[in-house]
Amino acid sequence: MIRINCPYCGERDHSEFSYGGDATINYPSLDASEKEWTEAIFFRKNIKGFQFETWHHSNGCRMWLVVERSTVTHEIKSVKPCHPNLQKVVENNK
Amino acid sequence: MKTRRIDNYGKINRDKILSFSWDKKNYKGFEGDTLASALLANNIGIVGRSFKYHRPRGIFSSGVEESGALVTIGSKDRRDPNVRATTQELYNGLEASGQNAFPNVNFDLAGINNYLGRFFAAGFYYKTFMGIPPFEWGRGTAIWMFFEKFIRKAAGMGSASGLPDPDTYEHAHDFCDLIVVGSGPAGVAAAIEAAEKKLDVILVEQDSLIGGNQLAENDFDNSQIKNQLENLGIKIMTRTTAFGLYDNCVVGLLERVTDHISEPNVNIPRQRFWTIRAKHIIVGAGAIERHIAFNNNDIPGVMTVNASKHYLNRYGVLTGKRIVIATNNDSVYETAHQLSEAGANVTVLDSRTNFEIETNKSFEIRKGYVPYNINGSKKIDSLDISKSEIINKSETINCDQVLLSGGWSPAVHLLSHRGVKPKWDYNNACFLPSDTNENITMVGSSRGLWNKNDCIASGIAGTTDALNRLGISKTNYFFPKPGGWKYPIQPLYEVKYKKSRSKSFVDYQHDVTTDDVRLAHREGFISVEHLKRYTTLGMANDQGKMGNIIGLSLMAELLNKEIPEVGTTVFRPPYTPVSIGALSGRNVGKHFRPLRVTPMHQWNIDHGAKMIEVGLYQRPWYYPKENETLSDSYIREASTVRKTVGICDVTSLGKIAVQGPDSTEFLNRIYSNGFSKLQVGKARYGIMLRDDGIVMDDGTSWRLAENEYFMTTSTGEAAKVMSWLEELLQTRWTNLNVNVTSVSEQWAGVSVAGPKSREVLNNCVDDSLVITNNNLPFMGVTSTFLKGNISCRIARISFSGELAFEVYVKSDFANTMMDLLWENAKKYDGCLYGLEALGALRVEKGHVTAAELDGRVTIDDAGLSKMASTKKSYIGSAMRKRGVLKNNDREILVGFFPTNLKETFNAGTIVCEKNNIKGQGIGRITSVTYSPELGHWIGIGFVKGGLDKWKDTTLVGADPVRNKQMNLKVVSPHMIDPKGERMYA
Ligand SMILES: [Zn+2]
Repeated sequence: MIRINCPYCGERDHSEFSYGGDATINYPSLDASEKEWTEAIFFRKNIKGFQFETWHHSNGCRMWLVVERSTVTHEIKSVKPCHPNLQKVVENNK
Repeated sequence: MKTRRIDNYGKINRDKILSFSWDKKNYKGFEGDTLASALLANNIGIVGRSFKYHRPRGIFSSGVEESGALVTIGSKDRRDPNVRATTQELYNGLEASGQNAFPNVNFDLAGINNYLGRFFAAGFYYKTFMGIPPFEWGRGTAIWMFFEKFIRKAAGMGSASGLPDPDTYEHAHDFCDLIVVGSGPAGVAAAIEAAEKKLDVILVEQDSLIGGNQLAENDFDNSQIKNQLENLGIKIMTRTTAFGLYDNCVVGLLERVTDHISEPNVNIPRQRFWTIRAKHIIVGAGAIERHIAFNNNDIPGVMTVNASKHYLNRYGVLTGKRIVIATNNDSVYETAHQLSEAGANVTVLDSRTNFEIETNKSFEIRKGYVPYNINGSKKIDSLDISKSEIINKSETINCDQVLLSGGWSPAVHLLSHRGVKPKWDYNNACFLPSDTNENITMVGSSRGLWNKNDCIASGIAGTTDALNRLGISKTNYFFPKPGGWKYPIQPLYEVKYKKSRSKSFVDYQHDVTTDDVRLAHREGFISVEHLKRYTTLGMANDQGKMGNIIGLSLMAELLNKEIPEVGTTVFRPPYTPVSIGALSGRNVGKHFRPLRVTPMHQWNIDHGAKMIEVGLYQRPWYYPKENETLSDSYIREASTVRKTVGICDVTSLGKIAVQGPDSTEFLNRIYSNGFSKLQVGKARYGIMLRDDGIVMDDGTSWRLAENEYFMTTSTGEAAKVMSWLEELLQTRWTNLNVNVTSVSEQWAGVSVAGPKSREVLNNCVDDSLVITNNNLPFMGVTSTFLKGNISCRIARISFSGELAFEVYVKSDFANTMMDLLWENAKKYDGCLYGLEALGALRVEKGHVTAAELDGRVTIDDAGLSKMASTKKSYIGSAMRKRGVLKNNDREILVGFFPTNLKETFNAGTIVCEKNNIKGQGIGRITSVTYSPELGHWIGIGFVKGGLDKWKDTTLVGADPVRNKQMNLKVVSPHMIDPKGERMYA
């Protein structure tokens, strides 16, 4: 079982979370072209090793988190809030 | 029948006699017995029939590796098949029976299969399936189809009861610093060391007693150890198997709480499924003794040496009188000595020549001898032995038991669950655990240590390793070297016998012989994983605990390789079987998933509602009067709504508070239609698309204040929409100042619909002026009070197409609101209406729900093109016209009438052109109802090209599942009041 150390709630089972997706995508602006959107939503890297991905603490604090996780070992290197302002708050409170 | 129980041996409680039945006959045993020991004590040799050949089988072991004594325990709804008799504790009244035999294990008619052996060789199923050459070569399955039912009946194990399981099971959770698996000398030493170093420790033991293999020692007493462990505050869990290791030091345990109790307390679960989250895992799971393959090595009376020692010293059962022990290692001699002391005549065949064992000469040692054939069928008559170099019949020993020890395999299973491959150790002829970066340490004989002092030392070293890895200490430590026997083991896996068609079993339970392995090799199955699947070697209940290494050694020999080059199969959880009941725990029946009810649930039931599940919600389905059927009822309800007024619980809709200065901008981005100009006090119906342009959900948003909206979603998509909004705000549009809060549980909602709805509400609100057509026009919103000072929100929203209001109050006031509304609705001959009538009303209006918005439909497909703003960009706007989504033969929302208005149809009907009724047709009907207004059946659904293309053509509705077919007329989905005059009234 993957255990995710939520910055707000502490270490919890992955069953409390919902998987989001690739956390590194820069979604284009709403008026961007079909091509840019296609690129952003359909093409994904299939990474072997550590990747940044979003998880939603849906049965917890409801925060969206960026989790740096190995796709091979499930090892988790870091967990941060997705929202940059909240990232800063968490960072400053460490 | 004479007992094999002997005096002065064993740790059973002879004062407590237990009676049990085996194949419907009654026997006696003692407290502390397993079913296996009690059967052996009663001289019952045959306890099962083998999988394919129906050969008689006895008890091979004394533990979880058992592959012969698989029996059925209990009867009726408590019948539990494939239970290992060796781990089933005896209790008073236990009912057990043999399986895979007719009429019984002693006389089994299917024993004929033994003589048809060549038809049942490796790959038998696959070959049968391919057809029998030359008649059916490559042509297939006819013969398989014909024989399947006979084969499935003949080859099998016990059968499940087929009845609902009457027992309860529980899921439980725990945390600890260190979990120690196994209570042998190594595990106990590790646990004590850790507890003394202040770690929080759980010690897990699959047996009913702690001690591990020490329980086979004649002078072992675990009471002192138990006290010490308890005094240190260690949590001891017996009858508990660590069946799997998972990521992050998570261990799955199965605790058998009442399987050993005659009449368990009904309030106690039968088994508990534990999830343990540890910081470190120490595995001292022991080692498993292997057998040796030679002809007829499965005749009842064959057993491992260590098992015989267990039966003698733990259960006081001497398993044979004239015993031959065949071995290749030192581990058997203590047992040989004890068996002969207990009165057996013992001969040891040791395949080695170069060794010296000190004995008191109470038993004979035949150096350099191996067994190669057992004579007998239902029991052992004699054993053919020979000098190990050249096998030809040299000598026969009369005996009634053959004990085997082909070496020991450390139980590396749990580590293998983590993907750590074991490495082959030539000196000890076994796989040893490899090191891992995870916080798992192997100790004791599961790391190949054969003597007790080494095991204890390894346990202490294991805990030191744990403390170091947890950053608590930095202490040097070392593990003793694997091994510990005085003379080296000499590999011995198979003794080949020249006689053709020998039956040398590698895997007892699945009847896999050495010849099967060779046949698989000849047929090209070279990889171990293929070999395993083709022969089914190691795929039975015991998962190859005894036979795997023999299979590998044979493969190595055939491939001219060494065992490590052939590789090993990967062990996967569970270590021993876990019942489905334990996996499901309490999540059965009504508790299979959570149940959601609205705050007026009981009110609805009290007022005659029949309920239906919608997602997790229980919603009123219909409110029958007297003897009304569902259709009587919903037709009356829908008609009443159109005629006067109806009240419907709509609380299950998702409700989200959207607040903050950028709320309007936010809504304008997520909805396809414009929200920037929505005034305070107005609501708007909106559609949300996904990134890829497909419709996600629809609902309304009410502007309560400049920076505050009340959003409703569909019942089914409520949770998804909430997560989606949070995702957008937290990951994508992080500069928007918006907060979203789910308030679904906080508000209770009803729809009051029908021409008399305003009059009903007039009597219910404090100030009826607020709901006049002027003050509350269509899509108007107001926050006001119901009589009794109950604050409420009212919006003029219509799903039914009638003049209608949605009224929300705080959940606690739901019943008060219902009483008030219902009291007044009755004055206008109104009704309560449920989901079925709601469906009828919305189908008449061509309103889409989840049945239509199924994740494949675009806004244009749903006929809602005008809901797609051209003046702004929004989620999905770039993609909604991409590629195939702009094809003009897409299926478009339409209405359907049966051409013959007396006919009916069902949702799921496939729409086809008249002369082309096949495949997926050109469309489908998604929702149907009887329309009280129109007086016949109507439906909505999709058809390629939509209304314009087919409005003058008769199409066919094909319903092959229900064997129905009807002609269809395509109409506009807005079948009633298309201009909406009623809503605006
Ligand atoms: Zn959290």
